[in-house]
Amino acid sequence: MSRTALLALAVVTGLTGTAFAGDQTDFVTVERGRYLAVLGDCAACHTAPGGKPFAGGVPIETPFGRLVGANITPDRETGIGDWSLDEFQRAMSEGVAKGGYHLYGAMPYTAYTKVTAADNAALFAYLKTLDPVHNEVETNQLPFPFNIRLSLFGWNLLNFTKGEYVPDPKRDAEWNRGAYIVEGLAHCGTCHTPKNALGGDKAGEALRGNVVDGWLAPDITGNGHAGIGKWTADELVAYMKDGANRYDIASGPMAEVVEKSSSQWTDADLKAVATYLKSLDGAPAAPPAPLAATDPRMVAGRAIYEDRCSGCHVGTGEGITGLFPKLAAAPLVNNADASSLIRVVLAGSRAGTTDARPTGPSMPAFAWNLKDEDVANLLTYVRSSWGNAAPPVKVEAVHELRGELQP
Amino acid sequence: MAMKLPRKDVVVIGLGWAGAIIANELTDEGLDVVAVERGPWRDTARDFNIATAADELRYNQRQELMVRPAQSAITVRNNISQTALPMRNWGSFHPGNGTGGAGNHWAGITFRFGPDDFRLKSYLTEKYGAAAMPEELTLQDWGTDWAEMEPYYASFDRLAGISGKAGNLNGVIQEGGNPFEGPRSEEYPTKPMKQPYGPTLFAEAARKLGYKPFPVPSALLSEAYTNPLGVTMGPCTFCGFCTNYGCANYSKASAITTVLPALVRKSNFTAVTNSEVLRVTLDRSGTRATGVVYVDSSGQEWEQPADLVVVSAFTFENVRLMLLSGVGKPYDPVSNTGTTGRNYCYQTANGVQLFFDDKNFNSFIGGGAVGMGIDEFNNDNFDHSGLGFFGGGSIRVTPIGAAPIASRPTPPGTPRWGSKWKSETQKAYLSTMSIGCEASSYATRGNHLSLDPTYTDRLGRPLLRVTFDFPENDLKMAQYCTSRVGEIARAMGPRQVVERPMKGHWNTVPYQSSHVVGGFVMGTNPTTSSVNKYLQTWDVPNLFVVGASAFPQNPGYNPTGTAAALAFKAADAIRNLYLKAPGALVPA
Repeated sequence: MSRTALLALAVVTGLTGTAFAGDQTDFVTVERGRYLAVLGDCAACHTAPGGKPFAGGVPIETPFGRLVGANITPDRETGIGDWSLDEFQRAMSEGVAKGGYHLYGAMPYTAYTKVTAADNAALFAYLKTLDPVHNEVETNQLPFPFNIRLSLFGWNLLNFTKGEYVPDPKRDAEWNRGAYIVEGLAHCGTCHTPKNALGGDKAGEALRGNVVDGWLAPDITGNGHAGIGKWTADELVAYMKDGANRYDIASGPMAEVVEKSSSQWTDADLKAVATYLKSLDGAPAAPPAPLAATDPRMVAGRAIYEDRCSGCHVGTGEGITGLFPKLAAAPLVNNADASSLIRVVLAGSRAGTTDARPTGPSMPAFAWNLKDEDVANLLTYVRSSWGNAAPPVKVEAVHELRGELQP
Repeated sequence: MAMKLPRKDVVVIGLGWAGAIIANELTDEGLDVVAVERGPWRDTARDFNIATAADELRYNQRQELMVRPAQSAITVRNNISQTALPMRNWGSFHPGNGTGGAGNHWAGITFRFGPDDFRLKSYLTEKYGAAAMPEELTLQDWGTDWAEMEPYYASFDRLAGISGKAGNLNGVIQEGGNPFEGPRSEEYPTKPMKQPYGPTLFAEAARKLGYKPFPVPSALLSEAYTNPLGVTMGPCTFCGFCTNYGCANYSKASAITTVLPALVRKSNFTAVTNSEVLRVTLDRSGTRATGVVYVDSSGQEWEQPADLVVVSAFTFENVRLMLLSGVGKPYDPVSNTGTTGRNYCYQTANGVQLFFDDKNFNSFIGGGAVGMGIDEFNNDNFDHSGLGFFGGGSIRVTPIGAAPIASRPTPPGTPRWGSKWKSETQKAYLSTMSIGCEASSYATRGNHLSLDPTYTDRLGRPLLRVTFDFPENDLKMAQYCTSRVGEIARAMGPRQVVERPMKGHWNTVPYQSSHVVGGFVMGTNPTTSSVNKYLQTWDVPNLFVVGASAFPQNPGYNPTGTAAALAFKAADAIRNLYLKAPGALVPA
């Protein structure tokens, strides 16, 4: 970087009234911080649709009520303009904000605690270069008693282990990089790890699938049935980078993750994450036996499939790469929980788009012309056909989700 | 009063095939492009949902994808002695609206024109002599040739993923393809479509008669395809709701299924929709375009200054905008002077119906471009000596899908309603097929486009007036070619054959074809053409007018492939010639 550019940067930061000591403002650090903010998809919660970057205001619905992403621009009154690096470090590693109050777990400090101090410093340096935006955000909109932050003290005792990521010396650098990203900034477990009654991660079940907001964040372990064990590392990389591979197309919340975050990761980081995820053990239980083709639910489901679905997903469930997801041997189809499947049949869905795959195909909604029983039979058929094996879908499950989706 | 917007490098009018292709090419060049589209933004996922796309009443009967005549009608007459009246419902043709334009509801038949078509006048004169040329015709050369056009056809094939079988690869005739086509540099991007029963029977009969049937080149794809822009299309399902419909399966190539998903991601591209361009603005000298003025859906007028203006709307609107903007001299058929509006041509649609007793064609299976064709009676593929006409047609069986309201074939003599009609439609629905002959339309002195002196649109601007009737040449050609089709039909052994060659005067009511061409034609001579071979206007070098409006006459082929190839040609000229040396690319 040229001296002139460095000077220019210094002038700009000087003008915004934000001064830093030493090398925190150097271009390399700030740029690394920008990348880390992408890696962590900070924008998902901190940049409202159509809003100024990182000015907060994104509502996050939790089982306990609503939280709202904070303003993390360097505005002194409503953002983090008057925070020190130490205070930022403490928020990331301990979930304690400036002023000493506890953050809620929706701010995934249980994962961010793994982020190194050096990375936090870079991230902080980047955030300090943003335009300060005056935007008051009431982050805590939970009902009583969850709105009492003191309760988080007890929650942390049960669900939080503080500490930077410690590399596993038995694994190579790539695997360790993948683990650092997945467990730390990328906070994959926030959606993909099953939760206990308090909303904490269930011990020993990391990344084995979890339902969030009516979507199944599926098993992303190396489980060959319900996880991504059958995908090659390259296919997993393609999914994260382009939003699609020969099996699947990202839609729903994952489409947003791909668009805002993983499509912009470096190839090395994508590869590292793929290596790490594929190494994870999945659930030990054997998959269930598929239903017999003669089961009345299968017969009814097949008729619906052939009439409504086979035009796009084709008769053998193979789909069309990049356009209509493959249903045969698809991990999502074989997860024990069918929430996402029910959801996309009822409400439809649209694929995410990336520069590599700009098409953005959609799944139409069928809530208006398929009854609960039809949807259950259809999905039961899909989940027991073409090598798939997953529990039948209950009519009640469809009924319940339909109710939740009603505006 | 128009509000003035910040200057752009390029303003493109219309986001159908031509506009989308050019906008994409010019944004690749790094130019800041704004496109102004009179209709809405259309998107497969939202607008052509599989659950609602197959709605015959909505799309075929009520024509939802066509521009509303209340927004943009035309007036029509057969000759200059008549007073034109406005069309209040689309019949004869179907102008589109919104992003994708008429390319959303097109059939998808994607022929290339023949090498001789681009120098038709020279070719026919050399072969048959000037004396053989019918006096009424005003045929012209295009000012370009096959060698120049072929790479742009190939670009369009790759963009749209066209399905077919080459008949001539680099000069070597290929078994199973169209042996009459010009030499292609490469095979079709996707394999030919599978063929339903009707086209299969036709091809068998044609082969026995010594003809060379080939799969009709189709923009409905036979297999999944990802184009050079990264946009993915799926295989056609033969759903039968195709021509006049948007495709729900991402199978029919259009600007919205091949270009716009990639184009709209670019930071140097902006689309302004539901906004109609009123005129192209010129400087005082009249030799430089300064931008466009458009009106948005709230009635607010905006002036968009730009260094380069590309007019790429439908044929009618291209010509009308040039007349309204004062570009070129309006054509006058009486004095035979002027160029804007000159050489307006159409397509001569002929057909033969075959009624069988013992066949089931499952007529609901189909697609706009699914079928088999022959080319023995197209262009000058047959000797015209002594026939008294020139031209010919593409003969083919393309079952588009017999939808329940519009497709009620009955033999002549059947009542138009009542129990006899019902029983006849039941009998004929599955056992009737037809062979079409999409034939040439050659220019005459009288057929032209001009501004209507009486009727105006909602904004007070004159409507475009179409003056058209079928030339004697084309009617003779229609008789001849339809008789040849009849011979093939009879060889297929139906109970009854009904030949329907185009006859009499042009009538706006029955649908014939949306292939309206010419009016702002390309050529080598500024006194008989409006644009040079780069689609650059002779008078205003920073104004390009692109589309089928540039065809000096229409061969017996569907025009879209050529209109799109011309868009690639214009974009290439802008990128590689004009930007390096802004000014006239061909000396006038």
